[in-house]
Amino acid sequence: MTPELRDLYQEVILDHNRRPRHFHVLQDASHRADGYNPLCGDRLTVYVQVEDGRVREASFQGSGCAISKASASMMTDAVSGKSLAGARSLFEAFHRMVTSASDAPADPAELGKLAVFAGVREFPARVKCASLAWHTLLAALRADSGTVSTEGADEPAVARGAGGHR
Amino acid sequence: MRGSSAAVLRAVGPGAALDVERVRRDFPILRQHVRGKPLVYLDNAATTQKPQAVIDALVRFYTTENANVHRGVHQLSERATASFERARSTVQRFLGAGEPSEIVFVRGATEGINLVAQSFARLRLAPGDEVLISTLEHHSNIVPWQMVCQQTGARLKVIPVNDRGELVVEELDSLLGNRTRLVSIVHVSNALGTVNPVREIVARAHARGVPVLVDGAQAVSHLPVDVRALDCDFYVFSGHKVFGPTGIGVLYAKRPLLEAMPPYQGGGDMISSVTFERTDYNRIPYRFEAGTPDIAGAIGLAAALDYVTAVGLDRIHAHERNLLDYATSRLASVPGVRLVGAAAERAAIVSFVMDGIHPHDIGTIVDRDGVAIRTGHHCCQPLMHRLGVDATARASFAVYNTAAEVDALAAALEHVREVFA
Repeated sequence: MTPELRDLYQEVILDHNRRPRHFHVLQDASHRADGYNPLCGDRLTVYVQVEDGRVREASFQGSGCAISKASASMMTDAVSGKSLAGARSLFEAFHRMVTSASDAPADPAELGKLAVFAGVREFPARVKCASLAWHTLLAALRADSGTVSTEGADEPAVARGAGGHR
Repeated sequence: MRGSSAAVLRAVGPGAALDVERVRRDFPILRQHVRGKPLVYLDNAATTQKPQAVIDALVRFYTTENANVHRGVHQLSERATASFERARSTVQRFLGAGEPSEIVFVRGATEGINLVAQSFARLRLAPGDEVLISTLEHHSNIVPWQMVCQQTGARLKVIPVNDRGELVVEELDSLLGNRTRLVSIVHVSNALGTVNPVREIVARAHARGVPVLVDGAQAVSHLPVDVRALDCDFYVFSGHKVFGPTGIGVLYAKRPLLEAMPPYQGGGDMISSVTFERTDYNRIPYRFEAGTPDIAGAIGLAAALDYVTAVGLDRIHAHERNLLDYATSRLASVPGVRLVGAAAERAAIVSFVMDGIHPHDIGTIVDRDGVAIRTGHHCCQPLMHRLGVDATARASFAVYNTAAEVDALAAALEHVREVFA
């Protein structure tokens, strides 16, 4: 395996792909959104239960590649318990990391385990796989309904909200 | 272009099997390494590589002949016009069409279908009328019909496929009803390689007086096509999928149909006279070629078709048949690989999935071994849905591919298994 591939498919990513966490419908979700990547057909739904301005629980359902599934799994882990502002700032940090130059340092202090996704920077076609769940989370928190697509603007979920481009 | 084609012919020799190493030398891009590995290009259904003869034809045109066509009285314009019209005749012969005026240059198969949808179908469709397509269609042979159905109140009907990815032709007669106004069907499936019984479909549709469009985007680089033998009313293909440039394609239509069709776009070259009160349209095919066409593209396409003809489509077909048989058994022997689509008649396209591994991950990993394949829904979402998969990985072969490249793909798939072990 090449070093780049090892960076992309790290054991923690493969583990979350094999055994995704929070991989279920959240019955009492206060927010939800669908995410769709028309390039590869990845589809997922993110559920969030918000209470007193905090993410009490997050979960997801759907199908996709190892990167998108692991990203969704680790995201739902990472945002649980965070304030809404904290979840948004985590989105910003994650998005900054996966879209930055490949030699720029990741910010593990803020991102923690999520820093494993720095490897996608070597694979431009896969950045959207890693960011789909995050865009969908953001759309859910904005109380948008409908489908968020990875196609179109640089940050479709932010720029256009739900249902933009299918 | 003639010189190079003749050189190929000599090199291969009439009647002999294809000398694939000779063919490969005609495609300069294949000499390169990708990620330190020899390029193994197996994404030919997306686009094909270009032989030197095509590259030379483009360079020669821009170096020595560039001028606008059908306008100037000067010598360069006359030469450009002659080359452009010679290209039309080359396409006519390649497709077995009756006359050059039945050949309309368009941007690609997609534009050809849109042209027929808007200039032919739209005027003939009333609310409740039907357009018949199939589950195998590429989005480019679905969406233009949905658009024209929305404009007219007509309805789209769909010929189903079986689990092997073959059309259920037995249902054709019940689907062809009194309201069917057009059948539009793919010749060769881009996702599965299924070769449809187009001749039979045309015959059955014609028995009901229904015209047929055939989308030949994936066919022309793999099989000999004769539009008069097929008796189809329209045939479209894209130049870039048959070793020609991007941005040029062909719509063939029977003369009486073209004669009866209004222009698709307005502009220069498609008129015979214009006043502010009225415009008289040019004769066919120019009526459908508004604006300056892709002159160099048409000339490059003709060079590509000359190349294919010189190598020989029968020989190409035989070579690809061997490759397909080998790829089918070789890939099926990789643990965890399941082939998608098993039509009795197939072009050299192999779609597959791997247990527990998403096609997108397969594509990324084999790319590290220099192997280029396509992964995703292949612009055939309804077909993927029917087959119960979100996406597949697809290896699509061309004349220059080898058994060793099939081995390279199989070895790369073993690496995929290692990553996910």
